[in-house]
Amino acid sequence: MTEPLKSPMTFRTQAFLFALACVIGIGSLMGGVFSSQRLKKKVGRIDAGPQQSVEFRSVVAEVDQQFQTRWEKKQLSHAKPASTLTVMRRASLALHGTIPSVEEIRAFVEQQQFEATDDEILDRYVNYLLQDRRYSDYISERFARVFVGVDNGPFLIYRRGRFRLWLSDQLMENRPYDQLVHSLISSQGVWTSDPEVNFVTATITDGNNGRPDVMKLAGRTSRAFLGMRIDCLQCHDDRLGTVALNPEDPSEGSLQSDFHQFAAFYSQVKTGFYGVEDDREHYAYKYLDEESEVIVPPVVPFYQELVDSQGARRDQLAQWVTHPNNRAFARTAVNRIWAMVFGRPLVAPVDDIPLAGPFPPGLERLTDEFVKHDFNIQHLIRVITRLQVFRLESKAEFEVNSDHESAWAVFPLVRLRPEQVAGALNQTASLKTINADMSYLFRLQQQNELDQFVKRYGDTGEDEFEDRGGTVTQRLLLMNGNLLQSRITNGNGSNASARIAMITEDDQDAIESVYLAVLTRLPNQRELSHFLLKFRNESDNQRGRLIEDLFWTLTNSTEFSWSH
Amino acid sequence: MPCHTSTHWNRRTVIQAAGASWLTSLANGLTNAQETARDTKRPPKNVIVLWMQGGPSQRDTFDPASAASQEFSGGVQSIKTAAKGIEIASTLPLVAEQFEHLSVVRSVVSREGDHARGVYNIKTGFRPDPTLVHPSLGAVVCHQLPSESDIPRHISILASNRPGRGGYLGDSFDAFQIGDPLRPVPDVRSRVNQTRQEARSRDLFDVVESEFAAGRFKNLDDSKTLHQLSIKRAMRMMSSEQLRAFSVENASRTDLDRYGNTSFGRSCLVATQLVQAGVRCVEVTLGGWDTHTNNTDAQRDRIRILDPAMAAMVADLKASGMLENTIVIWAGEFGRTPQLNGASGRDHWPHGFSVVMGGGGIRGGQVVGETNKTPDIRAENKTGDVVNPVTIADIHATVLKALSIDYQQELQTPIGRPMAISKGTPIAQLVG
Repeated sequence: MTEPLKSPMTFRTQAFLFALACVIGIGSLMGGVFSSQRLKKKVGRIDAGPQQSVEFRSVVAEVDQQFQTRWEKKQLSHAKPASTLTVMRRASLALHGTIPSVEEIRAFVEQQQFEATDDEILDRYVNYLLQDRRYSDYISERFARVFVGVDNGPFLIYRRGRFRLWLSDQLMENRPYDQLVHSLISSQGVWTSDPEVNFVTATITDGNNGRPDVMKLAGRTSRAFLGMRIDCLQCHDDRLGTVALNPEDPSEGSLQSDFHQFAAFYSQVKTGFYGVEDDREHYAYKYLDEESEVIVPPVVPFYQELVDSQGARRDQLAQWVTHPNNRAFARTAVNRIWAMVFGRPLVAPVDDIPLAGPFPPGLERLTDEFVKHDFNIQHLIRVITRLQVFRLESKAEFEVNSDHESAWAVFPLVRLRPEQVAGALNQTASLKTINADMSYLFRLQQQNELDQFVKRYGDTGEDEFEDRGGTVTQRLLLMNGNLLQSRITNGNGSNASARIAMITEDDQDAIESVYLAVLTRLPNQRELSHFLLKFRNESDNQRGRLIEDLFWTLTNSTEFSWSH
Repeated sequence: MPCHTSTHWNRRTVIQAAGASWLTSLANGLTNAQETARDTKRPPKNVIVLWMQGGPSQRDTFDPASAASQEFSGGVQSIKTAAKGIEIASTLPLVAEQFEHLSVVRSVVSREGDHARGVYNIKTGFRPDPTLVHPSLGAVVCHQLPSESDIPRHISILASNRPGRGGYLGDSFDAFQIGDPLRPVPDVRSRVNQTRQEARSRDLFDVVESEFAAGRFKNLDDSKTLHQLSIKRAMRMMSSEQLRAFSVENASRTDLDRYGNTSFGRSCLVATQLVQAGVRCVEVTLGGWDTHTNNTDAQRDRIRILDPAMAAMVADLKASGMLENTIVIWAGEFGRTPQLNGASGRDHWPHGFSVVMGGGGIRGGQVVGETNKTPDIRAENKTGDVVNPVTIADIHATVLKALSIDYQQELQTPIGRPMAISKGTPIAQLVG
């Protein structure tokens, strides 16, 4: 009898990897002090530079002013600046999908002794995050979901893993975003050696003679790169006035032909002996209520003057989409990167931005900046993370309501994505930073555990920025699941609770270390006194168990599962 | 174009519409819920979906072509069933005995021949839409028929991927997943003793949670995070007597054998226990139907597991009186080609395949629609010879009507787009 699908790694392989990882874990425990020194040196070399220039500061000031004006107009108070640690936590979650390690916190906070301001420390921290491979690995998955979705797709000719690795390399090199998108739309070649063509092959369907689904490609191109949901035009004219394609006149309706003329740009692409290539195929379509098919010419839906009608159709399309004067392209990228940083877009839904506005504070100014700096993603992230709104508290002395959140007068509370919870949980249990310096086998073993956790926790799929309610499954997994248990149980000598029990000087030190490891902050007075009292009343051999209990309590809090 | 304010307003409205009744009754406890149930004066209805992952062949199951040549029939014979005039594959003798309670729709057509898209289509009743995730049938049923229970009301057993999801109704309507009932329910046992667990929880609620709530939204948990609420529900589940419904420990050897004593059979047995305990929708998955090569033998291998389990489940539901208020549906993401391929396999075929349903007010012993037993599978119009074609949306509308759910009503999605629960038409022959 055949049982349902098992996970890709068998239990035996898992057990083997676990044993191996334990051996390596003990090794790295002994090397702990050394690597902390290494991190400090690394941090010392990181420049707070780009953010300190006059030009950079003036852009930030302009955007900050736009938000200030909005608050004044709406008569909204705004929150105070958040602590350095709070901002570090949200930046790490946004750019690495995990929380800062205790080792990292100490390395950065020590800079305060060198009279660096909080803002400079945070600038430096953002630059540190952007240099680390964890940044490109995490952000590449976010982009991959937009570009190719989450499904396995067609067998053999679609390699999602290769595609994601390629994306990660592009992000690490900080390749300009317009060039990156240009190659997605127009590249030729084989899915393994030219991974960008997987953007096209992801849509190939059975029985279509090796040709991709041009309508799927058109819908995706429009949503991902232009921030427009024109999918409903596929079947009929716009009857509800929801799809405006005239940047000058938003009241003008749109037609079924607008969609298909856009799709016609993909008519020439096919897969052949040399992989993805182009021929001279026309695009024919039978419109609603028409008798027969007609040949549909390729026409862009707006800004027709930007088209250069040289070259293959896909080249024309790529050139038009990424043209510096095609505002929709740059604006969509800004809105998406904002959403990755804050967990919530400036305009929601993230892929539906009205072509003719109105636009919220910040969006147009940041779009100008992004174009001016040649679509430099890391520059954009530096600017966004330097804004006042990114560095505000998520709570306030006045009563916070949804008006404050939607005007960014407080930092929005955002539920962590499953990968962020898994990443944070994993980092929590280790005082050392879990990064590329850890052994490959150790990370492979961990990745398998984390994947299983995410699967059970509930992957969000392509729907990255929709907030939905928590589930009982998620709570059970955090309360009683294997991942947390294996990370906090004192018997496992390499985890944080064991190390804290071993190396901390006194109860206060232990309690503060757990708070730093889990919540990236120190306990406040009330919390500290409460737990100190508990620790004092117990004998020494109970201390390890109390530390475990504290780990459990903090990881099961709202604070742990939300970005704030 | 929705702005942030309306997004939030809508989300809250949805949550209120979705959850208000059970939020309130959660506070008031089970007693209140039982009164509510009495008020409606009829027993609540339930759904059990037998999900055949991979795409079962209609020719090897409920729409055999035994009179046709080998390349079409695959050598599958047919047998009479308990319903007059209905014949199904001879490999399903036990299910055949239950056919007075079941009906088969043989003319289901869809436009999705890819696994992922087909699963989405059949589980939700809608084709995949890049801008919206639709809820699966089980989520809709839980949303529309609120009730109280210690354990989750939407459960998926043995799903290897893509279990029923809450979609735009919210993750709280996602199916709770479990594996083979021989293994314990995942994560419902505390890792520490009760005293320690209570101390941990007290620290959490009295110290850490209250500190976090200060200076934030009024009623942070109710209006936004639902975090403590989910923890309390999780704790209630951990200590619930109803957890027994997940286990086959108390089932006799004879009963287990009647269901075939496979992981699928045990899961079907547990499904009957779960609906008794108040679960609204159970989905039980049997995989391995994607038979591109050596179809007949590979399908028969699955059918050996299916036949005793499905038959015993229907018989037991009937015997306990639960069949009157429990709909049983058998379906996969599509059917398989009516003609064997060069490797004696059958490929994906969404152009005329079978779905079986019964119980819960759906008329039994009926056949809806008909397929050509020897079609030209390369024809341009592949559904031209399907008699009385039925869409996936029609199947959903039929089930929802039998559950007395207003399937035409429009729900608000989180971005404020109104969306009908189903756009299909109920099959009059089954629920007229």
